[in-house]
Amino acid sequence: MSEINHTQQKIDTYVMPVEANWAVSVRERALNWIVEHGLPNRKDEYWKYTDPKLLNSTKIPEINEIDSIENSIFDKLSRINLVFNDGLFDASKSDDIKIAGIEIEPLVDANQKTKHWSKDYYGALEKTSQDPVVRTLASLNTAFATQGVTIKVTKKISLPISITYLHSRETSDILIHHVVKVEKNAGITLLESGGVGSRSNSVIEVSVCENATFDHVRIQGRSHEKVAVTHLFANLLENSSMKSFTLTVNGKCIRNEYFIDINGENIKAHIGGAAVGDRGFSQDDTVFVSHNSPNCESRQVFKKVLRNGAKGVFQGKILVKEGAQKTDGYQISQGLMLDDDSNFLAKPELEIYADDVVCSHGSTCGEIDDNALFYLTSRGIPIAEAQDMLVLAFLNEAIDEITSDDIKEIIANRLKDWMVKRHKL
Amino acid sequence: MQNTKTYEREGVDQDTVNAVRTVGERYKYGFETEIEMEYAPKGVNADIVRLISKKNDEPKWMTDWRLTALKRWEKLAEPNWAMVNYPEIDFQDIYYYAKPKSMEKKPKSLDEVDPKLLETYEKLGIPLKEQLLLAGVESGTENGENGRKVAVDAVFDSVSVGTTFQKELKAAGVIFCPISEAIREYPELIKKYLGTVVPQSDNYYATLNAAVFTDGSFVYVPPGVRCPMELSTYFRINAENTGQFERTLIIADKGSYVSYLEGCTAPQRDTNQLHAAVVELVIEEDAEIKYSTVQNWYPGDENGNGGIYNFVTKRADCRGDRSKVMWTQVETGSAVTWKYPSCILRGNESQGEFYSIAITNNYQQADTGTKMVHLGQNTKSRIVSKGISAGFAQNTYRGLVSMHPKAKKSRNFTQCDSLLIGDKCGAHTVPYIECKNNSSRVEHEATTSKVDDEQLFYCHQRGIGEEEAVALIVNGFCKDVMQALPMEFAMEAQALVAISLEGSVG
Repeated sequence: MSEINHTQQKIDTYVMPVEANWAVSVRERALNWIVEHGLPNRKDEYWKYTDPKLLNSTKIPEINEIDSIENSIFDKLSRINLVFNDGLFDASKSDDIKIAGIEIEPLVDANQKTKHWSKDYYGALEKTSQDPVVRTLASLNTAFATQGVTIKVTKKISLPISITYLHSRETSDILIHHVVKVEKNAGITLLESGGVGSRSNSVIEVSVCENATFDHVRIQGRSHEKVAVTHLFANLLENSSMKSFTLTVNGKCIRNEYFIDINGENIKAHIGGAAVGDRGFSQDDTVFVSHNSPNCESRQVFKKVLRNGAKGVFQGKILVKEGAQKTDGYQISQGLMLDDDSNFLAKPELEIYADDVVCSHGSTCGEIDDNALFYLTSRGIPIAEAQDMLVLAFLNEAIDEITSDDIKEIIANRLKDWMVKRHKL
Repeated sequence: MQNTKTYEREGVDQDTVNAVRTVGERYKYGFETEIEMEYAPKGVNADIVRLISKKNDEPKWMTDWRLTALKRWEKLAEPNWAMVNYPEIDFQDIYYYAKPKSMEKKPKSLDEVDPKLLETYEKLGIPLKEQLLLAGVESGTENGENGRKVAVDAVFDSVSVGTTFQKELKAAGVIFCPISEAIREYPELIKKYLGTVVPQSDNYYATLNAAVFTDGSFVYVPPGVRCPMELSTYFRINAENTGQFERTLIIADKGSYVSYLEGCTAPQRDTNQLHAAVVELVIEEDAEIKYSTVQNWYPGDENGNGGIYNFVTKRADCRGDRSKVMWTQVETGSAVTWKYPSCILRGNESQGEFYSIAITNNYQQADTGTKMVHLGQNTKSRIVSKGISAGFAQNTYRGLVSMHPKAKKSRNFTQCDSLLIGDKCGAHTVPYIECKNNSSRVEHEATTSKVDDEQLFYCHQRGIGEEEAVALIVNGFCKDVMQALPMEFAMEAQALVAISLEGSVG
């Protein structure tokens, strides 16, 4: 009963925008879904290891530390830059978006138009993702988010699109919703960086059509206090491929949800994540990959480095439906604990209904290997540096999931900088 | 293309099934013994609980203990998280007490046991030279040709029908008797240990069991004693519409060792029957229990009619330092299996091992696995689970490995492999890994695959038929677990693998 009240209270804090009829009906569908199912709570099996309270509460969590300027991580790359300032699209800081083969429009404009390509895509994958597990936080986003971009790609675009989030207000509570469609034979790289807000709930819906490619790299902000839930929903069609990598550093409650729907043959889907955190860090990767067609490949690679009472959670599932023969599914989740206070909690699942498949998963956790550390120190490397080397080596398998070598290097260097800085403090 | 293949497979499937059925080999334990039974009225309520308690001549504290459990049970809801589907069970439509009439007066010696009961055990063909012993001929056969002895407690529906080798065990100081007898004879031990590993309120089925359990086995191995022979219990559900609720309590006191075997069968029926047992193991300092199960309850026919619902709670509490427990299970029967033999590794340097083979065929469903809860320092656990799924069956491994903050330098290794035979079945893995300190190491790996075509081809080349080849390959797949079984069981288990998979390939 109280749960329902709580859901209603939360809904009451938002106002539904006045938009085109199609957008309104999608929002109403999402709203009804939330009312029917309620927002998540600790008792839900799906939220076994992460308490959704901070993500759910009507009160915006107080935050003292905001993500400053460090967001410029992709500055050196030539790119199309889109800037969101405390969750609001900032056209003045964003690059000109009139480029052949790509159609970019802020969500707030797209949803006003009675005819817009995103009509059939806004909220569609969010809806599909509700089965088998209800995700009402994503529905909340669909129902009330007004900010975000719609991106339609019709060619192979070599220049990456970069979304930069600037965070300046302590009390920003943000809903952001992007819709991406990569058409036949097209391809795009989407970069995201920075802390979206003090609390954020984001959804990206990606439709990758036949022979198309989608690369996604995301660096979540560095504030120790930020609270965020992200959803990446992808639908992949024949011969398409996607790669997504997320780097999470710090945060009080970060939940990254993925729902990858594989609908067609010869599809490749790779999801990777690296998380580094201490003091009160709580990070959760919840991945669901659904193999609905034969001859596809999926990989999930998640690595977490934890210390000082940090918590790392991985919930991953590979579902292979009847008839999805010759599926190659792989999943690895590993926790590296630098001290004795941290927790690594994992639930790597397989659900398989086809016999001719190769599916495996592994999950390990433990501390830095003493032998490796001894070897490095015996070669004259100071112990702190040796530890860093081993930590970086540990994270490398996940970073390898990034397609572009340039971006790989940027991320590896950034991680190294942070570690060096830590020792100097 | 795919469809034709399936069709052929199914076609052959049916032929094989028919052939097997004619030979009468399908479920060879599916007979019913016609013995006059005495039933309590259907359903469960305080009166039934009191009746069961009275029939067993229990003291008041035991009756009260049961009634407390019943009260709790009435407030609980049936768990629904397992990946199994079955029609709702009407718990008020089951006989909770059934007893062969000839047992009305407890036989003073085994000679008085109904010969029909003993005949049942003969038909079961369990590794029992103890057939004769069950019939009361205790001397003479005790030193069988191979000199290997197994003491047997046989439980028929609700009642224990006889325990062998009592004398020899007594000489060693080992108590091995029906739990109903233990409640009367050794109330102090029962009071001290019953419900301490699986509390009355543990889960829905365990709580129901606490209220209505009728019999089961009780073992106490005193300090420093190595039990001179393997102990074995044979459970059989015979009467229709009965539930079997047995409760087993095994205590290995300091420095002792015991190996315990458990086997189960039931007659072939087209209605579903319920089996909700509780097994509690207490392992004190330096003690070791080896617990092996071959579960071969009636799995239902090839269309999924009938069969046993097997909802079992098994748990071992490694209380003392350096204590050790080893669960080995071969699960081939039951329409629905819901079973997670667990280890609580409380003592420092205690060890838990879990070896499991779960085979599901036709419409069987199994959701089984283990929990390893590491509480003490330097504790070790090992999980090896092999799931084989054929026909339309669903087979799930569900497990928990938990390293508590104080369980420093502990170690776990988990391997769960699934094998799929046919494209209509499912194999699932749901492991939970919770690591809360950094000096412990947890490793989990799981694979899913099908019977290797090359291996099959190799077998065919050597003139081995399809079914035989699959049985051979599956037995190879299960080798790690088979090796953990005691000798007699390993032989039986290998044969069972072949029988369970009959009709699964074509």
